[in-house]
Amino acid sequence: MSPTVVLTVTVAGLVAVGVYLLTSRHLSRVVLGVVVMSNGVNLLLIAAAGPAGPAPIAGPGGAVPEEELASAADPLPQAFVLTAIVITFAVTAFGLALSYRLGRLEDDDVVHDAGPHRRTRGEPAGAAGPGDPDRDERHERAGGAPR
Amino acid sequence: MPLPVLLCLLGCAVTLVLGQRPRAQRAVSLTVLTAVVGASAALLVLAVTQGPQHVTMGGWPAGVGIGLVADRLSALVLLTSSLVTLAVMVFSVGQGRTGDTGTSPVSIYHPTYLALTAGVCIAFLAADLFNLYVGFEVLLTSSYVLLTLGGTGARIRAGATYVVVSLASSLVFLTGVGLVYAATGTVAMADLAGRIGALPPAVATALQLVLLVAFGIKAAAFPLSGWLPDSYPAAAAPVAAVFAGLLTKVGVYAIVRVHDLLFDPQTLRVLLMAVALATLVVGILGAVAQHDLRRMVSFTLVSHIGYMLFGIALGGAAGVAAAVFYAVHHILVQTALFLVVGLVEHRTGTTSLRRLGGLAALTPGTAVLFLLPALNLAGIPPFSGFLGKLALLRAGVADGRWDAWVLVVAAVVTSLLTLYAIARAWSAVFWSGRLGRADGPDEPREPVHGPAGGERPRRSMVAATTGVVVAVTALSLVGGPLLSVAEGAARDTLDAQRYLRVVGGVDDPGAEP
Repeated sequence: MSPTVVLTVTVAGLVAVGVYLLTSRHLSRVVLGVVVMSNGVNLLLIAAAGPAGPAPIAGPGGAVPEEELASAADPLPQAFVLTAIVITFAVTAFGLALSYRLGRLEDDDVVHDAGPHRRTRGEPAGAAGPGDPDRDERHERAGGAPR
Repeated sequence: MPLPVLLCLLGCAVTLVLGQRPRAQRAVSLTVLTAVVGASAALLVLAVTQGPQHVTMGGWPAGVGIGLVADRLSALVLLTSSLVTLAVMVFSVGQGRTGDTGTSPVSIYHPTYLALTAGVCIAFLAADLFNLYVGFEVLLTSSYVLLTLGGTGARIRAGATYVVVSLASSLVFLTGVGLVYAATGTVAMADLAGRIGALPPAVATALQLVLLVAFGIKAAAFPLSGWLPDSYPAAAAPVAAVFAGLLTKVGVYAIVRVHDLLFDPQTLRVLLMAVALATLVVGILGAVAQHDLRRMVSFTLVSHIGYMLFGIALGGAAGVAAAVFYAVHHILVQTALFLVVGLVEHRTGTTSLRRLGGLAALTPGTAVLFLLPALNLAGIPPFSGFLGKLALLRAGVADGRWDAWVLVVAAVVTSLLTLYAIARAWSAVFWSGRLGRADGPDEPREPVHGPAGGERPRRSMVAATTGVVVAVTALSLVGGPLLSVAEGAARDTLDAQRYLRVVGGVDDPGAEP
């Protein structure tokens, strides 16, 4: 199997951009990073299928002609990619909802460090850290209904 | 054979429809989970008496259709997990408020929980890598929803970390699947076992590393385990219990399958040994440092994953058998501990070691329920934790290489430190002091989850916890037979030829229960 250079370079570019976005502290950028990166991985699956060919669709008789079978595209990775796209779609929707909710709670969708680390660095424990129910409630009253 | 998966998905749909009727929803969930326990038990009996069972869905030829395989390994972990899911469901029904604030349009706890169970079943029964990926995604996506139930601030923040880490690991896994397919032209584990041997060693090692990183994140092996103690404590008590019991063990199961069935276990032996060592030691040191019962239990969870990795790294029937035995023990004991912590929290409204105290006089029953699995976890002789550790140490000593000896020492030290951590927690929570005594100045943590304190736990909550504790204690009584089943499971796993025969051969007509 020899994947085309164009595909390979595209995969590398998409994954690189995705990884860069994943390192952001803004959850919405992270979600975008996941989308870009999973597109890269999906293309990798397509590249893994080998050279392109005619669609591997069975004729009316139910059987594929022998000469077409040899050159036909590999259907299995395409099925994988379809499944992966559906999964990415669901997960992206969830990630966007999560970052929206985080934005409602914090005025910003930045993911902060967990509690104890903040405290050991001498930051004020109350500033949007975990275990600050007053802040949550205030924002919920302000219109961020829990959904 | 696909019965556990289908039942869960059907139950998920039905409970979704019954969203407005909590009673009917509960009845459906409990019935479905009981049926899943029955089906898994039947699968285990079949797998032990008649060898591995295999079925290809939809009547496609093997390699094209979705194959499911139940050998002794998958049937054993499947039965254990279905017992745990049933017990936790009973607990959460008793608790009533499972984090669902009542403001969401449909009650989503039950459907999501059943989808999670379905994902776990798919992952355990999958016969090819891609199906394993789908199983992982089903259970992970459900776990995102369960972890952030109610959408309170603490859960959203913990959930953000958890979701991003899980997504990254899923992408690494999918990359691994794509690369494996590119290298070998198949993802069915039976075919892979042979074809990977024919690859150049460097390519095989690269593939193994990619998959190991993906599963290492899910199993919370040390350098990749930081997400776990930050996210699990935020979840509702029953949710944390089922996560602790199942999710990391699905990762461990995947490592067993991939590491021992597909690739040459000797290639990455030293690496895996080092990871096991770091997981053991760093995890337990984290547990010793905690001032919160939930976080303490989460850190012991991470630490004891190291024992299973040790067994897997040893390879060979003895090592893998010990790892499998330990996994079964660990599923039950961690669920028991998290459920007891749930009881404590339900009763007092907090899990901070600095606020809790003197609970032994208040609820002697809970004290006993905590002590039994805790001693079991530390590996005190009559319990199954001791049997599992003993099997691991014997396998390690029998192996006799220097890295095995290092790990044997680390395992003993970790066991002692676990004893120290739980003794400290026991004395702080149940023995000394008074409830609600001096609030540490640097302890801003409020009881942000669960109902207000002072409530006596419902009878079904106690019953579910007692059930799991009894099960994990009884594990030491059936230790001998269980270990022999685990050895059989290990042989099933290691014997790629046999796996190939069953899966590649004609469908067993008796496979469908």
